[in-house]
Amino acid sequence: MAEVSRDDIDAEIAAGNFSRAKNLLAQLWRGSAKLSTASFVVGRFDLLRPHLELAACRAAILRSFTLEPVIPVLRCEAFLGGIDLEVRLGDFNAAAQEILAADGWVYTSPLDVVILAVQTRDISPPLWEQFTDLGGEAIEAEIFRVVSHFQQLIETFRQRSTAHLIVHSLESPPIPANGILDTRLPLGQAAAIARINAALFEQARQLKNVYVLDMQALAGQRGQPWHDERRWLMSRYPLADGSALLLAREWLHFVHPIAGRICKVLAVDLDNTLWGGIVGEDGPGGIKLVDQYPGGGYRALQRAILDLHRRGILLAICSKNNPDDVMEVIDKHPGMLLRREHFAAMRINWNDKAANLREIADELNVGLDAIAFLDDSAAECALVEEQLPQVTVIHLAGEVGSYAGQLRQSPAFERLELTAEDQSRGKIYQGQRQRADLQKSAPSLEDFYRSLQMRATIEPITPGTLSRAAQLTQKTNQFNLTTRRYSEAQMAALAQGSGFTLRLSDRFGDNGIVGVAILRGEGDVREIDTFLLSCRVIGRTVETAFLSALAGAAKKAGATRLAGWFVPTKKNAPAAGFYARHGFSQTAEKEGSTYWELDLTAAIVAAPAWITVEGAGI
Amino acid sequence: MNESIEIQVRQIAADVLSIPLARISRQTSPETVAGWDSVQHLNFILALEQELNIQFDPEEIDKIRSVGDAIDVAVGK
Repeated sequence: MAEVSRDDIDAEIAAGNFSRAKNLLAQLWRGSAKLSTASFVVGRFDLLRPHLELAACRAAILRSFTLEPVIPVLRCEAFLGGIDLEVRLGDFNAAAQEILAADGWVYTSPLDVVILAVQTRDISPPLWEQFTDLGGEAIEAEIFRVVSHFQQLIETFRQRSTAHLIVHSLESPPIPANGILDTRLPLGQAAAIARINAALFEQARQLKNVYVLDMQALAGQRGQPWHDERRWLMSRYPLADGSALLLAREWLHFVHPIAGRICKVLAVDLDNTLWGGIVGEDGPGGIKLVDQYPGGGYRALQRAILDLHRRGILLAICSKNNPDDVMEVIDKHPGMLLRREHFAAMRINWNDKAANLREIADELNVGLDAIAFLDDSAAECALVEEQLPQVTVIHLAGEVGSYAGQLRQSPAFERLELTAEDQSRGKIYQGQRQRADLQKSAPSLEDFYRSLQMRATIEPITPGTLSRAAQLTQKTNQFNLTTRRYSEAQMAALAQGSGFTLRLSDRFGDNGIVGVAILRGEGDVREIDTFLLSCRVIGRTVETAFLSALAGAAKKAGATRLAGWFVPTKKNAPAAGFYARHGFSQTAEKEGSTYWELDLTAAIVAAPAWITVEGAGI
Repeated sequence: MNESIEIQVRQIAADVLSIPLARISRQTSPETVAGWDSVQHLNFILALEQELNIQFDPEEIDKIRSVGDAIDVAVGK
């Protein structure tokens, strides 16, 4: 591939072809992922920023060592992944002071995420380079000191800030001070450092929004020395060329879900992606899927895809093929790990892939920006990048043994927490397909609603449902009246007594928690701060049942009026008209948003007769 | 060869300092560019090492006080 020239990119920007310029920048970066390229890309993104749809995220990095050269690489990768990442670096080796200063910038600046990057050699010179000086007791004492120090920092931060916190765990020296004896000692160097890390992992598990970045595993991924001792001694910058990119990418694995820049659907190609060869030419018996090279590489990729499915990522097929050939492989080939039941949507035809991806988005009721597309063909990937700039394209390049790793490297599928809904989402969509079949056979819409036997459980938000409720405010775009995004911490503060969840089940199964509403205010008026429904239950009149329950709750609390804003966005057209449909009158307008009120003393919002509503405390 | 190193060094300076290539001359230095602080200087040195696949000694780094200096040191490697 010819290298993209910087002049070409500037010409595209000057001509107003911003999306094309972004693709060229991505190509330039893929061809040369070095510091100077990163600086160039970041510079140009400053010009493109107003013209692209980027998720905003504000990060601070508190550190014990020089990290400045990683920042352009981090921001470059973030931009290309659709995130406008603002980064503030703490002062050199001032992480502890900055966390402990109660009114310092860490707490007065608006931040979404704080990274605590401390190296073993800085926080514990004895464990890093003086290990053979230490006796057993001194080692124990040092472990205790370091663990206590971390615990104090993390607890202090958690009490004072609602931002997400990512803590680097400690790396071991690549070669232990005692060589192979290290594992023979009662408490070797690697084991001592691992004890500190185990304490870190445990503490993080106990706290909200605290995560540990596993430095030992990350340094091991590199396959080459992580550190460059010459640079460390010259400028306190410890990273070898190439390590900076891996570190930036690892940070982004956390930043993507924090910024909400994640994909819900993975659409996959088939020939030479899920298996070796072309099924239409080689036949189902001729494709490569046995557990050796190269077949084993394709199976490893299928395994990685299956792992994503278990994490709640919906799978779709987007393939130019003959459906009969494909289904024979999917249903019968003994080497397949992915089967019919794993796929929520299939487009197996000869249409262009951009058109098929659009259809998949429609069928699954998600935006194009929630779709990732996986293909081995550079041409197909380029076409999709060109036509659907919102889609995350993962191009499998090189040899098949590296395919699974390439998919696992994508930050688009990371989740900060795994909810019960995530784990069963695949099954939920299977139910969705059955419901669609029923709708086709039902004589009228009302008959269809009745036949679903819907049961809505509406309850105040509890500690057990808080995580899912916050997640829904983060992810729901379509049926969302105000599109206000809340973290778990914000949700906990807001929801106290006036936040509600709706769980919907029907004859095809439990959809889980699919609705969130928050009421605000006291006295005569209750304002609807948030009202949303997951896209999978849109069009089933559930919103009316939910609103009816809210009106009841407001009335019970002594309110005479129920009010709320409708804030239009590019995606929430399905929620437009909601207030008008339910008897609200518009009483104000501001910057495109409209304010609606309902007189609770005169009007009643009745729940649809075909939904059984139950719940506690509402 | 020397000419190609000169072009590369100027491009690296333009990228790292975020100023147009046409404005980079041998005389460009921390004194003439507002944003060329110690952080950008470290990034400039690192970018030179990466792009040109060379390693500077501390004495050489001390000598680099302008784009022209960087070209001379790089050509001498």
